[in-house]
Amino acid sequence: MKAARFDYVRPADVGEALAALAKAEGAKILAGGQSLGPMLNLRLARPALLVDISRLAALQQVEDTGRTWHIGAGVTHARLEDARGRLSGGEMLCEVAAAIAYRSVRNRGTIGGSLAHADPAADWPLALAALGASVNVRGPTPRNILVAHFIQGAFTTTLAANEIIESIDVPKLSRAGRYGFYKFCRKTGEFAEASAAAVFDPESGVASIFLGALRGIPQPLASLAQQVARQRKIAASTEAVNQAIAQSVRGLDAVERSMATAVVTRALMQVLAP
Amino acid sequence: MTPIALSVNGRKIQALVEPRTHLADFLREHCRLTGTHLGCEHGVCGACTVLVDDEPARSCLTYAVQCDGLAVQTIEGFDVDPIMQELRTAFSREHGLQCGFCTPGMLIAARDIVRRLPDADARRIRVELSGNLCRCTGYLGIINAVESVIAARASKPTAVASAAAATPPAPLQAFAPTGEVAPVSMATPAAALEEVRTGWTRLRRVLWWQDRRRRYGRSLRTFLQWSPASTGPS
Repeated sequence: MKAARFDYVRPADVGEALAALAKAEGAKILAGGQSLGPMLNLRLARPALLVDISRLAALQQVEDTGRTWHIGAGVTHARLEDARGRLSGGEMLCEVAAAIAYRSVRNRGTIGGSLAHADPAADWPLALAALGASVNVRGPTPRNILVAHFIQGAFTTTLAANEIIESIDVPKLSRAGRYGFYKFCRKTGEFAEASAAAVFDPESGVASIFLGALRGIPQPLASLAQQVARQRKIAASTEAVNQAIAQSVRGLDAVERSMATAVVTRALMQVLAP
Repeated sequence: MTPIALSVNGRKIQALVEPRTHLADFLREHCRLTGTHLGCEHGVCGACTVLVDDEPARSCLTYAVQCDGLAVQTIEGFDVDPIMQELRTAFSREHGLQCGFCTPGMLIAARDIVRRLPDADARRIRVELSGNLCRCTGYLGIINAVESVIAARASKPTAVASAAAATPPAPLQAFAPTGEVAPVSMATPAAALEEVRTGWTRLRRVLWWQDRRRRYGRSLRTFLQWSPASTGPS
């Protein structure tokens, strides 16, 4: 399995990368290449040109802006995994990063690349939607958009062909904030069969539960989140969770709903752990 | 063709490569370093793991042009590496290999575990090695080998002290949610795009199984026909 022929450029900065994208038909951005690589090798993707942004220093920063963590699109999962203990208020990022695929994939795969690829079963679209993170997009007109709005469907985002994800702003959790993240994988490191993320922060008033690994985008379970925030518990039986999922997400078969119920319940148990 | 200059196992190499040539093909066919093995060529099996700038990477998901100016280290480049020397002895002692196909990737992943996670227990080693497939050993020998190297290094006086345990966060307080994450419209994902993923997953599985059958079909059949009754002591 070898990729079809493509051209390759490695621009020196984001401006050059945008110019390369604007000039060529069928150009594609190459960040870590851990999702694009298999698609190229299987010839499911046949771009004419790859614009390699993996070494752009401007996309590598991890900055504390006070209320948010400002994460460059080219930051690898491994860097976030290794930031454990140094990302106060962003601990969930470290935990999610550490469970993505395998270390040799995490060493190259990037947070921005994962969002741009928008695999429904990937971890970042789900976790960042639950955290209320937003994407800074560079292009003809720079814009900032919530992750939950940025991703529109399976492998579909609002990113135009002449735009690049520059960074992601992740709101910090306060000391009273709690999060949960749980996924079922057939094998460790494989894409999730079902996944859920939950974020609760009494100080900022955020209460969100998202269900992932669906056919389209991560889905919010808003009424369940309201209920958990007010009562600080979930019903003794998982029936309430099952009902909430049935109301918010259509088209799941019995097995899928059962798995979804389990991941949501387990994510909430992490949130509510004493 | 694109000119690249990189270091492979400490040697400076200049070459002209097609952008689509992945690093593993470049190493095997241009550098004649056939210790890097190719199993699945889409990032699942881990046999092609090498170090790129001192970090393990899939050489089938890394194109040679991307390594321009970087340092690559393959299994052939670890002859005098102290951790690798210990791992080689341990793999041999613990039966950490049989056919040897996964071993180059396995050793490079194992060395990364020993360096990065000096406190790893058997379970953690298993999780960390989940990206490297072995069809012979059942993994137990490999896990034992890595565990024994970690234990031997921990007993040395120079071992790094383990980090202090983090304090658990306070329990969640009840509250009325206000700053709700903006609601998401129930977008209708295009059916065609859904099929890309389904198709991709299915294709990956089919290709993987075809590859396994081609490589190991005969030995698997032999194994299945074998039974203690037919070969027991006469």
